[in-house]
Amino acid sequence: MNWDWLARNASEITSWTLAHVLLSGVPTVVGLILSIPLGALASRYRWAYPPTVTIAGLLYTIPSIALFVLLPGILGTGILDPINVIVALTLYTVALMVRTVADALTAVPPDVRQAAVAMGYRPLRRLITVELPVAIPVIGAGLRVAAVSNVSLVAVAALIGVPQLGQLFTQGQQLDFYTPIVAGIVLCAAIAVVFDAIILSTVKLATPWRRLGRAAA
Amino acid sequence: MISFRSVGKTYPGGTHAVAGIDLDIPTGKLTVFVGPSGCGKTTCLRMINRMVEPSTGTVAIDGVDVHDTHAAQLRRGIGYVIQNVGLFPHRTVLDNIATVPVLNGVGRRRARARAAELLERVGLSPEVAHRYPAQLSGGQQQRVGVARALAADPPILLMDEPFSAVDPVVRAQLQDEMVRLQAELGKTVVFVTHDIDEALHLGDLIVVFAPGGRIAQVAEPATLLAAPADDFVADFVGHDRGYRALSFADAGPLPMAQAPTVDFESAVAAARSDGQVGDYDDVLGAGRGLPRWALLVDDRGHPQGWLDRAGLVAGRPLSRDDIRLGGTLIRPGGSLRSALDASLSSPSGAGVAVDADGRLIGTVSAQAVLAAIERSRTAAASPEAEGPVVGFADSTTVRALDEAR
Amino acid sequence: MIGDIWAWLTTSAHWTGADGIWQRTLEHVEYTLIAVAVAAVIALPIGALIGHTGRGTGLVAGTANALRALPSLGLLVMLALWALGHLPVGIALQTASIAVLALLAIPPMLTSTYAGVAAVDPAARDAAEGMGMSGGQVLLRVELPIAVPLLFSGLRSAYLQAVATATIAAFVSLGGLGRYVIDGLAQHDYPKMAGGALLVAVLAVVGDRILAVVGHFAASAGLTSRRRLWAKTAPYRSSYPAASLSETQPEVVNAARQ
Repeated sequence: MNWDWLARNASEITSWTLAHVLLSGVPTVVGLILSIPLGALASRYRWAYPPTVTIAGLLYTIPSIALFVLLPGILGTGILDPINVIVALTLYTVALMVRTVADALTAVPPDVRQAAVAMGYRPLRRLITVELPVAIPVIGAGLRVAAVSNVSLVAVAALIGVPQLGQLFTQGQQLDFYTPIVAGIVLCAAIAVVFDAIILSTVKLATPWRRLGRAAA
Repeated sequence: MISFRSVGKTYPGGTHAVAGIDLDIPTGKLTVFVGPSGCGKTTCLRMINRMVEPSTGTVAIDGVDVHDTHAAQLRRGIGYVIQNVGLFPHRTVLDNIATVPVLNGVGRRRARARAAELLERVGLSPEVAHRYPAQLSGGQQQRVGVARALAADPPILLMDEPFSAVDPVVRAQLQDEMVRLQAELGKTVVFVTHDIDEALHLGDLIVVFAPGGRIAQVAEPATLLAAPADDFVADFVGHDRGYRALSFADAGPLPMAQAPTVDFESAVAAARSDGQVGDYDDVLGAGRGLPRWALLVDDRGHPQGWLDRAGLVAGRPLSRDDIRLGGTLIRPGGSLRSALDASLSSPSGAGVAVDADGRLIGTVSAQAVLAAIERSRTAAASPEAEGPVVGFADSTTVRALDEAR
Repeated sequence: MIGDIWAWLTTSAHWTGADGIWQRTLEHVEYTLIAVAVAAVIALPIGALIGHTGRGTGLVAGTANALRALPSLGLLVMLALWALGHLPVGIALQTASIAVLALLAIPPMLTSTYAGVAAVDPAARDAAEGMGMSGGQVLLRVELPIAVPLLFSGLRSAYLQAVATATIAAFVSLGGLGRYVIDGLAQHDYPKMAGGALLVAVLAVVGDRILAVVGHFAASAGLTSRRRLWAKTAPYRSSYPAASLSETQPEVVNAARQ
């Protein structure tokens, strides 16, 4: 490791790290927000489930580099515009999460749902105050996968010149130099671990009954 | 004969699952291991096909220590049925049943032909042969499980709570099937259950396991009910064991009474001729001081239900509410328990007895059954003492119209 | 814009020669298949063994998570650099790239093989042993056939991972469809980039569909949705003893009521 090189480029690496966090974090959050209503619809209406899952699966099949390149043509944005990356990763997140949300809601025990119905909850209120909370652990597990793979996918966008930690890899390749590559891998992994930990602890905080229930048992 | 000699099983950590058991399981009989959960019944069962190895002692089949036989070889000669069936979801019903013969090197075609025969044997229709387990009901799956265990025609059948995962109606059917099947096949069956009723229903011999992995009693069902070895067994068998013991006592000839009966056709005809109050009264005899209960009988002599005369009002048409259906039937060869139940469950207080074809032959009161129970007790004490009773044969059906005039 | 991409794709000169679409597609398929095959040879036996024995499950989950968190581009560049310094130049890049493709294709296959075998109903396993199958027979005749649907979903993930990473590998001078993306960017030729990207997407989707269909037929009908169709046509009928008067002779009761 060439620490001098790292020190000299510290400010650039910091801004790349921030960009990387934004480029992978924003799509994760936006994707989650979008996938909840879509997943709820697919879970409530039987007919909506197969097409939703099929489209999501198809979207998830398209390699990220292909989407990064094709989106400017569809959106009319510049090839280097970071918005392409954000849109592409949001699409992936939705593709992954919509099915997770739908399945998690469908897996809410029928007893719980029927009890809520019997107590007079209307559908929307029941979804928000009963079914979604019960589904949190499963949705959280799906989100962890989405967040971690988003961090890895953002780096690919360096190939088309969007500045973030992926630049360290292209630089290392051009300079025939390991230091930036290793630094990039370590920083990417660190962001992934932090995202993972944030989601994990949010799920824990949002579902106190699971912790307390286990302690009591 | 399967023999256990000072067999013990201690798991790492020191729990004694089985503590020094000696037991002989007779050939060709159905032996039930019964007891609360965690008493080592299943452990003992699984020692027979070496799914569990004993820590101490030996298990032998016809004098040969099972430990001296190669495990896989041993198991192919022993049928094995478990609670969750464990059918292979990726194979059709027929191929599931053919598993062991194929393992033994029998050709696939022959194994399937044999499997098809077994389907019928366990009471399944041939059309399920090419279905997959996911397409079967729980009861059907369990029947396939039994057929699969029988496929290689093993002399020994191990059944580990095979019927406890299905609903009570299907369970009763499967138990009856099992009794029939065992009567046909005469295998050496070892059957594990925690349900004492199932044990009493199926078992030729019952082995009661007690906590700590010991055997509390080995006895035939009637003996178990009549003379439990200790408090544990008495408690386990249940507080109504005196009543249950009646299941094993043949009812024999019972004193018959002739209940007033109403011919089905006439009752319906009377009901139809709405307005002709006189006829209606004639048939049903409402308010004429006749016995309150009359038995409705169809033209073949089959009892259909009890008619409550007290509820009849002159001129009001007959309604479904007037016919009370309840009551089990006393059939030839039935037990004292079923006779007592028939009279207790009848709305009129008299049990309805029918012949083998289901035709009415008379009614029996609870008192008469109790008297019979009393007689059978004295008979057990001094065999020659037996009072005269009215047999089944000399009963005849008397129509209500005859009796009313 | 779309017209330009279409024009690029339909220019016949772009389809032939060493940099032609046919050649690049073949290369892409070749890298992908080699990588998936290598990954399968490693992942299938290990996954099956871990699922069968239940030992080393933590290892599977740990490896899968760790590899997911590592950026594929970083791994690719690093291994390519290392290979250039240590292997003969002619094969270095190709070997290194395919190694990374295979490495990234292992986790999905490992986890799904393991999960598929581990998810087999314990009762089916118990019954198989109780009927006298050896450990190997239980694995080959019961556990793996039951795991086929999951094996194929792992295979599909591995394939997609390999197709995507093979595209990126053009950056370290590998052939394949990724060349159009990298070269197009360098030449400021967007139709070429987008055309290449479209071809990659098509390759991914088509291959995935093919594997899905193959997997559907490779799995026993007892395990797939095909059985649902069957179940509809052959409903289960229960035979409860029906004896009450109203059930056996409803017309009588009705008549009596009128």
